[in-house]
Amino acid sequence: MGTVAHVLAVNPVPARSQMGSSLGFHIILACFGVAFAAVTMTAEFIGIRRGDAAALLLARRWSKVMAVLVAVGAVSGTVLSYEMGLLWPGLMGRFGAAVGWPFSVEGIFFFLEAIFVGIYLYGWQRLPAWAHWWSGMPIVVSGILGAMSVVAANSWMNSPAGYTLSHGRITNVDPLSVYFNASTPYETAHMVLAAYMVTGFLIAGVYAVGLLRGRRDRYHRLGFAVPFTIAGIAAPLQVMMGDIIARFIEHNQPVKFAAMEYVPRTVRDAPEWIGGIFINGRVYLGAAIPAFDSILVGFNPHTRVIGWDTVPASERPPLVTLIHLSFDLMVGLGFFLLALAAWQGWWWWFHRRLLLTPWFLVPAALGGVAAVAAMEAGWVVTEVGRQPWIVYRVLLVSNAVTPSGGVPVTLAVILALYAILTVVSIGVPMIMSRRWRRGAPAEEAAEQVPYGPAPTPAATGTSSTPPPPAVPGASSGPRGAP
Amino acid sequence: MSPSADAIAVAAILIVVLAAYALFGGADFGGGVWDLVAGGTERGKAPRELIDESITPVWEANHVWLVFILVLLWTAFPPAFAAIMTALFVPLAISLLGIVLRGVGFAFRHTAQRLRMQQLTGVLFAAASLITPFFMGSVVGAVATGQVPVHPAGNVLAAWTSPTAILTGFLFVAACAYVSAVYLVIEAVHRRHRELTRYFTIRATAAGLLTGALAGGTFGELSASSPYVFGRLTGIALPLVVVSIAAGIAVLGMLWLRWYHPAGLRATAAVAVAAVVFGWGLAQYPYLFPRSLSLAAGSAPTAALVAEFVVAGLAVLLVAPGFVILYALQQRRMLTTAKSDADLRLAAQLEPAVAGQPAAAPASTATRITTALVLAVVAIKAIRELVSPRNGQ
Repeated sequence: MGTVAHVLAVNPVPARSQMGSSLGFHIILACFGVAFAAVTMTAEFIGIRRGDAAALLLARRWSKVMAVLVAVGAVSGTVLSYEMGLLWPGLMGRFGAAVGWPFSVEGIFFFLEAIFVGIYLYGWQRLPAWAHWWSGMPIVVSGILGAMSVVAANSWMNSPAGYTLSHGRITNVDPLSVYFNASTPYETAHMVLAAYMVTGFLIAGVYAVGLLRGRRDRYHRLGFAVPFTIAGIAAPLQVMMGDIIARFIEHNQPVKFAAMEYVPRTVRDAPEWIGGIFINGRVYLGAAIPAFDSILVGFNPHTRVIGWDTVPASERPPLVTLIHLSFDLMVGLGFFLLALAAWQGWWWWFHRRLLLTPWFLVPAALGGVAAVAAMEAGWVVTEVGRQPWIVYRVLLVSNAVTPSGGVPVTLAVILALYAILTVVSIGVPMIMSRRWRRGAPAEEAAEQVPYGPAPTPAATGTSSTPPPPAVPGASSGPRGAP
Repeated sequence: MSPSADAIAVAAILIVVLAAYALFGGADFGGGVWDLVAGGTERGKAPRELIDESITPVWEANHVWLVFILVLLWTAFPPAFAAIMTALFVPLAISLLGIVLRGVGFAFRHTAQRLRMQQLTGVLFAAASLITPFFMGSVVGAVATGQVPVHPAGNVLAAWTSPTAILTGFLFVAACAYVSAVYLVIEAVHRRHRELTRYFTIRATAAGLLTGALAGGTFGELSASSPYVFGRLTGIALPLVVVSIAAGIAVLGMLWLRWYHPAGLRATAAVAVAAVVFGWGLAQYPYLFPRSLSLAAGSAPTAALVAEFVVAGLAVLLVAPGFVILYALQQRRMLTTAKSDADLRLAAQLEPAVAGQPAAAPASTATRITTALVLAVVAIKAIRELVSPRNGQ
């Protein structure tokens, strides 16, 4: 028993699995933390500007869902902060002075977000319409800047910079070079765009289902159009960004790129593999486009692409098939979402109304799931592709992992917990939406979300006088749109 | 080698943040403890509502302090962070479990309609409020006794199961309950709820006495387990200890005399807790781990410390105005729970259908306490089972 525990403890696989599942779970909620406020505020903007009650109703309900998701996200984010130390003391003990600092910056934005979510959520009734709208702006800004800070820490692990090492200890740090390392602009932009795509396509997907079920009123059409438009704008930017990043990785982390594209040996005229399984130096079941990888890298079929044979076997990433297929999945889904956005954009351009055929709505309803899958696949590529390094070419994962026993236990517990958290973060909005559809006013009023200031005595006591309408133009009718 | 000025400054910030978490986060945990012992569905209804109303607005912001502690520790004092996280893996993992369960309880509690679900989330919330501060306390106890090795090879069971660490764990739970009860007295007075004021006055007094007794016990244990810290607590840090004891007695006196001055009561209770935290920090100086890891040896390079200093300054610059706006709006009653979307729904021509069922009540005390105890016992058993063979080698 003792030896088994010991073997399990020094093996980094349970720790890696735990970190991976925690990150993979948290990142979905983090997307809502980054982008949900912008979606909600767009609906609110339309509502105030045009006196559109349906848009205002959407914004108000979305803000309630946002509160639940941000709260669960705060908890799962704390799990990650703990795990940085519980699982990787070798990383934090040696490099905490460098990699830790972007997290401190993130802390500020986390605080700001928490404060203004409270104001935004509970200011609906009494704040003037535009004042309320502006109170959401800090959430949008701190969401983006907070995401950038956290991703900057991850970028640093891919492109370590800004520190001086002597005798295995950091003796000097340049905080700005740590934060703005070579990978930062690429990774942060990629992640923020991904957050907008995941949030937009997921929310739009919910309303696509409603539209498919025949609820075609303005409320559902807007509920689909607003998030879909936002995600649809992010999609082409993301595909362009992805292309740029691929070339950056080829330059910055050539071995990772080789694993992504199945380049075992450094060659010219490297083929682009689509799909395929890599076994014993051969690719099975894949389609190769001759020389296309070289063209993508250097705009020329004769461009030399570096293979993973340039580093010893011990420094190559494991599971190349997983890396390659994840990469293909991400790219494929990215193009699928781009095509959906282009289709709707085309229709809107020529017909000036929403395309609402089932042929479009069924894939659109699945767009959110596709966006999540693409993002998760992207994280698999970047994290597994960096193996066996935790800090690229500086620190091995096996030297960073905790020597403590018990990681297999915490892994099991964490998996169970995330199952619960998933149920909560999907279940709570579903219960809310069911109640909204039933439309019992008393119930909605009693609805509480885990956020924001307590109801003031005045608000709970004087139920005889109705509160002033949130927006002066709110009652001007549902068909305010041109 | 004496520690640099930056290291001392960042250590001071860390202690302030720790005190803030003990006060704000601690009060939230204490609320959970009172929720746990509030009695059956009917009897516990009024206090539970008060607890809920006073925690709901703040728990999220209060939780951020914890994240700041972790971030400060790992950036400014990386070796200490790594050693604590390795040696005290078990109590930290359990406290994390408590944090997650509490969050789940919170997120779901207000939306759950069925009785079963409400009971379950209520139990989660209450059990987590007991487990988390206890294990956090045992971590602090382990650090204060200097039993955390600088280069641990794995879990160190002895560090957090020493009498001092266990006593500190109980002390934390009692202190959370005490601070929370004092705040709840103020909330009840604010709402002019005479019954609840009396209810929480009794509990605050009891928790205050228990906290005092446990603090005394821990203090006594420290004389044997950590002579260095004990020596400084009775030396240079003695004024802070005296201030804390005086403030604690003052709170009890105010409660006894029913002199419910909100700001006075709040501040005095805060001083009682904060002074102990500051005293602990001063008693540890100049060590991160008494006698084994000094501040000078365990701190990050100057630039990293300065960066943390800048972050702290930025946080004050950016976050403080946010809080000012939040509280100003709340004082002017601009922030209210939305009553209903009926106006908008009518305008948007979404007609209401049938009304739903009223909400059900939370679990009975017996269920809650039993579940909490069973969870705690199973957890400790499991850990001992897992860890002891390796320790025996």
